[in-house]
Amino acid sequence: MPITTAYETKIDHVSILDEHGAFDRELGEGLIPNDQLPAIMEHLVFCRLLDETAFKLQRSGRMGTYPQNTGQEMPSLAAALAMEKADWLVTCYRENTGLFWHGLPPECILLHWMGDERGNHIPAGVNATPIAIPIGTQMLHAAGLAWAEKVKKTGAIAVTFFGDGATSEGDFHEAANFAASLKLPVVFCCQNNGWAISVPSSVQSAGETFAQRGLSYGMPCVRADGNDLFAMTKVMKDAVARARSGDGPTFIEAVTYRLRDHTTADDARRYRDDAELATWEARDPLPRLKRWMEEKGLWDATQHEKVTKAGEARVAEIISNAEDISPPDRTEFFDHMYAELPASLIRQRDTKRTTSLGQFPEDLV
Amino acid sequence: MTTENETEMTLVQAITDALACEMRQDDRVIILGEDVGLNGGVFRATEGLQAEFGADRVVDSPLAESGIIGSAIGLAMNGLRPIPEIQFEGFMGPAYDQLCSHAARFRTRTRGRFTVPMTVRVPHGGGIHAPELHSDAPEAIYSHQPGLKVVMPATPYDAKGLLIASIRDPDPVIFFEPKRIYRAFREPVPNQSYTLPIGKARVVTEGTDLTVVAWGAMVVEAAKAAEQSDASVELIDLRTISPLDEDTILASVEKTGRCVVCQEAPLTLGLASEISALVTERCFLHLEAPVQRVAGFDTIMPYYKLEMEYLPGTDRIGAAIDETLRY
Repeated sequence: MPITTAYETKIDHVSILDEHGAFDRELGEGLIPNDQLPAIMEHLVFCRLLDETAFKLQRSGRMGTYPQNTGQEMPSLAAALAMEKADWLVTCYRENTGLFWHGLPPECILLHWMGDERGNHIPAGVNATPIAIPIGTQMLHAAGLAWAEKVKKTGAIAVTFFGDGATSEGDFHEAANFAASLKLPVVFCCQNNGWAISVPSSVQSAGETFAQRGLSYGMPCVRADGNDLFAMTKVMKDAVARARSGDGPTFIEAVTYRLRDHTTADDARRYRDDAELATWEARDPLPRLKRWMEEKGLWDATQHEKVTKAGEARVAEIISNAEDISPPDRTEFFDHMYAELPASLIRQRDTKRTTSLGQFPEDLV
Repeated sequence: MTTENETEMTLVQAITDALACEMRQDDRVIILGEDVGLNGGVFRATEGLQAEFGADRVVDSPLAESGIIGSAIGLAMNGLRPIPEIQFEGFMGPAYDQLCSHAARFRTRTRGRFTVPMTVRVPHGGGIHAPELHSDAPEAIYSHQPGLKVVMPATPYDAKGLLIASIRDPDPVIFFEPKRIYRAFREPVPNQSYTLPIGKARVVTEGTDLTVVAWGAMVVEAAKAAEQSDASVELIDLRTISPLDEDTILASVEKTGRCVVCQEAPLTLGLASEISALVTERCFLHLEAPVQRVAGFDTIMPYYKLEMEYLPGTDRIGAAIDETLRY
């Protein structure tokens, strides 16, 4: 037998609450305690309101470029639900639901996109890294953060998020390889939302799934319905438990969809089919969960109206907090360059000049 | 006033036009990058090109800057004329290794057997209210790398002529596009193909009291500052950063005896420092005042709330002009 099978595998796809409302009791029962679900729904309503309001802020000139999260709320929220406070959440820029659940004040995100770096000052005790703008670089940091937890034997882990496009970057492959070969407590979650700006996911990979990207590095890989909170929670809980028990990383592909433009600087109508968008609008994760909760008697119209009103008030308050913050000092960007500012930089800061004559007025005749 | 042989264009339109002209007359020219196809690039610099030339010549690549530049090197070595686009200068990091360790070296390390005639288009600089890593000015990094040419136009006319020259150049060129002035103004641009020499600066306005050297979007700021000054300022737009047009700079400073250099990039070890050294070494006996560098601060480019505090404007450039004149 000169040719034998050296390796064979399969990729599981996990769905618990499907787009038609069917619920798999065997996998889903008790996964999220019923008494936790109203708080989750309230959080989701708030996050969606904030996201849509942020879009309007940009359109009215009150905020810079903003990448909407709408439609992708479940994967990072599921991670946050499965994580402990000490665990690290290492995201790109469509993970508001998870970041806020993990403790990041929403004002931070607004300030960031309002061009104010004070928004990146993550409060002490919140183990999350700032929004990662360059694509696909943050997963290596997650590997390192997790490695440190392993060294310190704390039991804490890291969960990192990135898009389908990010798996084309070399850094992604290096992160996956480091994590798997060093058996680091990391969870890799690829939000496959179908598009990297205008480029469809089929250009990023000729493979059938993104989940199989992790296979070559020797880590368990799974795909889940990214618009299904229950499916995402199941795969996240499994992956977090595996990481925490010392069995190394897991690769999760969350199949979801970017229901809005890439950012407010983009116009997806230029390259995206209306029909495709309509298909995914029907799979919107929020109405799906809401309908199911209503059927189960866990949610009703009155509650929804109440949390919507409360959410609107909270969004308004957060926006005024972000907008009313005093402007940063003109030289604030010098303050955190080094632990100790070199003399040359102190001179630049104090004179607001880089020119020698301007900085030494005594030299002028 | 335009004639039938020219069209009023913005800088970004002139770039699109240059790409189309070259693609029509040379089927070795292909474009690759993120979102350059159907979407026409995030700044619309490749708008309409995929429709005209097809998806085999205007290629939406996977999202990987090292991949884009590394594969463009192979395309260039094997007879094509690739024009890779890096979406923003802040994303050049992953491509640094391919640019500096490979593109810059193939000619010399193969003693001329393999060459890399590619033109890397990169939007450059700040001032457009953009997010983090969308506003940097890294031209000195790539000018410091022997083997690469670095070009940066400041007008629509120059953009077309210099881009076509870059595409036809036998060596790798990094073509930085000052995104702050992509659509700042229009001017008549010839419809036909034409080239402007790489390595040749442009004297924007002649003057006798003081020389101001600038490039990219800083040319516009420097011109405003010069206009506001009572002095007779000679403004030089470098157009090519590497190789530097030493003759034009030196001839000007020999005439004026005073020199101010403006750049967006951080002060230390920037191009302004190189020009200051050049002028000091070669024009020492003509100088009436020390050369002044007006630059970005030696900090990370701040987010947009403070970007105008960082970027040299007419106030800082004007003050430098006044002080140099009074010295």
